[in-house]
Amino acid sequence: MNVDSLQRGLVIDHIQAGKSMEIYRFLDLDRLDCSVAIIKNARSGKSGKKDIIKIEDEIDVDLDVLGFIDPNITVNVVEGGRITHKRKLQLPAQVTNVAKCKNPRCITSIEQELPHIFKLSEEGERRVYRCIYCEQEYNPKK
Amino acid sequence: MKHLIEPVDLTPQEVDGILDLAEKIIADPPAYAQKCRGKKLATLFYEPSTRTRLSFEAAMLELGGSVLGFSSADSSSAMKGESVADTIRTVQCYADIVAMRHPKEGSAKVASLHASIPVINAGDGGHQHPTQTLTDLLTIRSLKGRLGQFTIGLCGDLTFGRTVHSLIRALMRYEGVNFLLISPKELRIPDYIRADMQRRGLAFREAERLEEVIGELDILYMTRVQRERFFNEEDYVRLRDSYILDGEKMKLAKQDMIVLHPLPRVNEIATEVDSDPRACYFKQVLYGKYVRMALILKMLGVEA
Repeated sequence: MNVDSLQRGLVIDHIQAGKSMEIYRFLDLDRLDCSVAIIKNARSGKSGKKDIIKIEDEIDVDLDVLGFIDPNITVNVVEGGRITHKRKLQLPAQVTNVAKCKNPRCITSIEQELPHIFKLSEEGERRVYRCIYCEQEYNPKK
Repeated sequence: MKHLIEPVDLTPQEVDGILDLAEKIIADPPAYAQKCRGKKLATLFYEPSTRTRLSFEAAMLELGGSVLGFSSADSSSAMKGESVADTIRTVQCYADIVAMRHPKEGSAKVASLHASIPVINAGDGGHQHPTQTLTDLLTIRSLKGRLGQFTIGLCGDLTFGRTVHSLIRALMRYEGVNFLLISPKELRIPDYIRADMQRRGLAFREAERLEEVIGELDILYMTRVQRERFFNEEDYVRLRDSYILDGEKMKLAKQDMIVLHPLPRVNEIATEVDSDPRACYFKQVLYGKYVRMALILKMLGVEA
């Protein structure tokens, strides 16, 4: 399958297969006027299958939130039809309303208006985000 | 100190300060009888409690202050769907300090984020219960003469037992504490506490049978397998009798071991144990009142 190559913009690569729509929603890409291509189940040497999002513009969004969702995601910046550099994702210290706490005993389960906030509590290989209220670990796989 | 949501909100020095003050109060209660005159404590209890609520109220009354509040969600606007944030913003117009118990984890944290007066977490679901921890620390320090250099066994429901979670976190900061975690597989400590202990390289072991390890303990901290923390009755009935302390098991324990329990008990400590001098859980209740007096004084910034 061919999607027109980008002249200028971003390629969000190595998204876990099937997760591209989630990323699309997190980054509010539906608000953009430019072309956005979502490629699902692309072949990948590393993991067999992956999703890719191509955005035909250099958008101003908080890409670090991608580090919270999946640290394996890479972001390439394309200029003049070539990848000029890779954006390194930082793990955000805190994310608000990106994911919901899934602990049924958490106060957020009964008070709908509370913001869902996760804080980075362990860095390194075992990076862990916890709900600021109940301390439940955020597990993106669940 | 602005709020007390979990034990580690207090530095070890602040904990020592509270325990020292509690000991001074124990030595001379009349000297503190008017210290909180004109101050009001609001006790917001969305969940039933005997000891915690009454000991907070007794503590404030013995300091010369007043108390107001509610003792079940049914008698508050929570019944009408009022949020914790709105409740706390209302109550701070009436009181100088709040003690709050709520069945949901993180509720006290929510209250603290919206409060301009000090909030004390009096238990938030299965999460944390810092004033019970202060009670436990004062009891251990008073009865064993030290905090640290001992082996403590925590027995029963370690998954949902908030008193256990809080106590472990507090004791992690003292030297030479060996933890023996005694529970069925289904009720082991939650992963975030386990991760904390592993990260700090703490000595802990897990065991399934109380009688096999009771002889090693300097302190045995019993907990109740709580019906309200289970999703179904079947699991509760199957597990509640797993860990019962009785006279036979006490024969295997050291002569100077102390038995603590946050109470209420159901049947996890046989009443025959009550007359054993090593049973210290009712002394613990009294220490709970004194430590809350000290905490209220410190949090209100009252000169003591």
